[in-house]
Amino acid sequence: MSVGTRAVPTGAATGTYREALREAMRDALRRDDRVFLMGEDVGAYGGAFAVSLGLLEEFGPDRIRDTPLSESAFVGAGIGAALGGMRPIVEIMTVNFSLLALDQLLNNAATLLHMSGGQYNVPLVVRMTTGAGRQLAAQHSHSLEGWYAHIPGLRILAPATIDDARGMLWPALEDPDPVLIFEHGSLYNVSGALSDPPAEVDICHAAIRRPGADLTLVTYGGTLPLTLDAAQLLAAEGCDAEVVDLRVLRPLDTATFLESVRRTHRAVVIDEGWRSGSLAAEVSARLMEEAFDDLDAPVGRVCSAEVPMPYARHMEQAALPSADKVAEAARRVLAGG
Amino acid sequence: MTVILPAPRGSLGTGTGLLWLRDMLRIRRFEETCAQLYSETKIRGFLHLYIGEEAVAVGTMEALTPDDSVVATYREHGQALLRGIPMKVILAEFYGRAEGCCRGRGGSMHLFDRTRRFFGGNGIVAAGLPVAVGLALAERMQSGGPGRFGDPGHVGDNVVACYFGDGAVAEGEFHESVNLAALWRLPVVFFCENNQYAMGTALARSHSQTNLAIKAASYEVPAWQVDGMDVEAVASAAARAVEAVRNGAGPHFLELLTYRFRAHSMYDPDRYRDKGEIERWRARDPISILADRLREAGALDDAGMRGIEDDVAAEIAAAVAFAEAGQPESVADLTRFVTSEGGQP
Repeated sequence: MSVGTRAVPTGAATGTYREALREAMRDALRRDDRVFLMGEDVGAYGGAFAVSLGLLEEFGPDRIRDTPLSESAFVGAGIGAALGGMRPIVEIMTVNFSLLALDQLLNNAATLLHMSGGQYNVPLVVRMTTGAGRQLAAQHSHSLEGWYAHIPGLRILAPATIDDARGMLWPALEDPDPVLIFEHGSLYNVSGALSDPPAEVDICHAAIRRPGADLTLVTYGGTLPLTLDAAQLLAAEGCDAEVVDLRVLRPLDTATFLESVRRTHRAVVIDEGWRSGSLAAEVSARLMEEAFDDLDAPVGRVCSAEVPMPYARHMEQAALPSADKVAEAARRVLAGG
Repeated sequence: MTVILPAPRGSLGTGTGLLWLRDMLRIRRFEETCAQLYSETKIRGFLHLYIGEEAVAVGTMEALTPDDSVVATYREHGQALLRGIPMKVILAEFYGRAEGCCRGRGGSMHLFDRTRRFFGGNGIVAAGLPVAVGLALAERMQSGGPGRFGDPGHVGDNVVACYFGDGAVAEGEFHESVNLAALWRLPVVFFCENNQYAMGTALARSHSQTNLAIKAASYEVPAWQVDGMDVEAVASAAARAVEAVRNGAGPHFLELLTYRFRAHSMYDPDRYRDKGEIERWRARDPISILADRLREAGALDDAGMRGIEDDVAAEIAAAVAFAEAGQPESVADLTRFVTSEGGQP
């Protein structure tokens, strides 16, 4: 299902998720001399997903730094630059390649503050693309933000809307500790209203994207659009679903989805990661721990099939969450209890 | 392509020499005390001793100023002491006390001191190299110099001293980091402490090219091998390298040929080294080499040596007493310092 054609309020200025991310970087680079961007092909190429297109020309090669294909070195250099007083934005082309820098992110960025007894905080922002859906097969289709959300010391953000794409970067740069921002590849071309002035957004709380009374659908990032589509399908069947966008995967804002489920008494969690050990599992466990008596049915989950992502389109689609799968899971939960 | 820098003969000022001797003995005796305390179970976890390698830290750190930065390894007690972290605070850290430099959260492998620009202590082999490159990048960007591909160097930068072992040179991060530093001509000096073993694996069993300086030289980085058992040779080479880096010549690499006299860690039964090899290296004990030279020059006699040993023993005794009297951090503070206090609401 295409999300690029979602209706935009007439009369509002519109832009894409990609443009919102770029505008956020441009704004940050103008506001703070300590901010710079570094990563593979962020400069002359304009960013593998064209997010930083034009920034090299505007800010020059000191602040828009093309790096060699050395993920561990340039992520670690981002950590060092942050320790040295800068405010780096490190772009890792995709989450798939972030595995080559996982040691730096886990053993240095997330750990230095604690190991040093509170002496060395790491004000680093790392942006990366995540997710499947573009027939890139097993090595380029991971959704591993749930792995990063496992790590104490990191803040994990998943902007799913234009306003979040525009607004999350600045508070992330103001955070004294490392922040990872996951941009789902299917969202870059999504158009929407651009708030003017830009909406103030926080990087602490989940948001209710669609209010509803009968069922809570909890999701984030790339699966938000299809979850909203599923809510439409359910509405046609007389079910009023509430949609919670987690936005912040760590620290997880439990209160917002707990409050929702205490009203609706039913929940489905949608997560593009693999089901076992997933973020959806964590949300489900928290609902069981803290809202057991409020639930009228077991919590449902819609995750990716536990296979390396296949190339062929019909196989890939079969592996991924879809609006139909979410609606079907919702129907089961509604029938349960 | 690479050169072995000899010690400049006859250049040893006796005052400096005596300070070096004192520093090396501080490290040696401190490490010996730590080994004893470990066997008494006062210290736990991993403990990697620097015994045999003292000339490397003493000779290289001589070239640094307080505004420079230091990134070290899990075998960093010597650098930490030389950087000025009080011995008692280091030992309290080993005891896991709140008075330790990391409030008992780091231990032997993870010593930090923000006021002294000491950035660890790192338990992951080679993981400090990218961080050192980033610190040098920050230094360059804040000094107003350029620091990007094709730019000339910048004069007057503070320098980042990055320590790592021969084992780290087999890691991809070494190659990525040296390349990046050279590409951006950053003010970092790479001090490779080649003690001949990556834990228990001999150099020739892990490197097809055992001259590690050649690897750095392939990235267009000036790279020299240095006798790491001779503190004069180390100090001379380090001074030359650090001065060049400070003057904008870009990163430099020193391969300091040394040897650890003790096992890799307190867990290591040391089955993989030939006893004769150990004895041959012990015959070149860096402390003996320097002490003999000072005696020949008439700058040191038995009484002088005793005086230094007594001073060091007193410092160690005070440090042990301090650590013994230290308090455990409250368990109520277990989750402090995971994120910054006063950070995001």
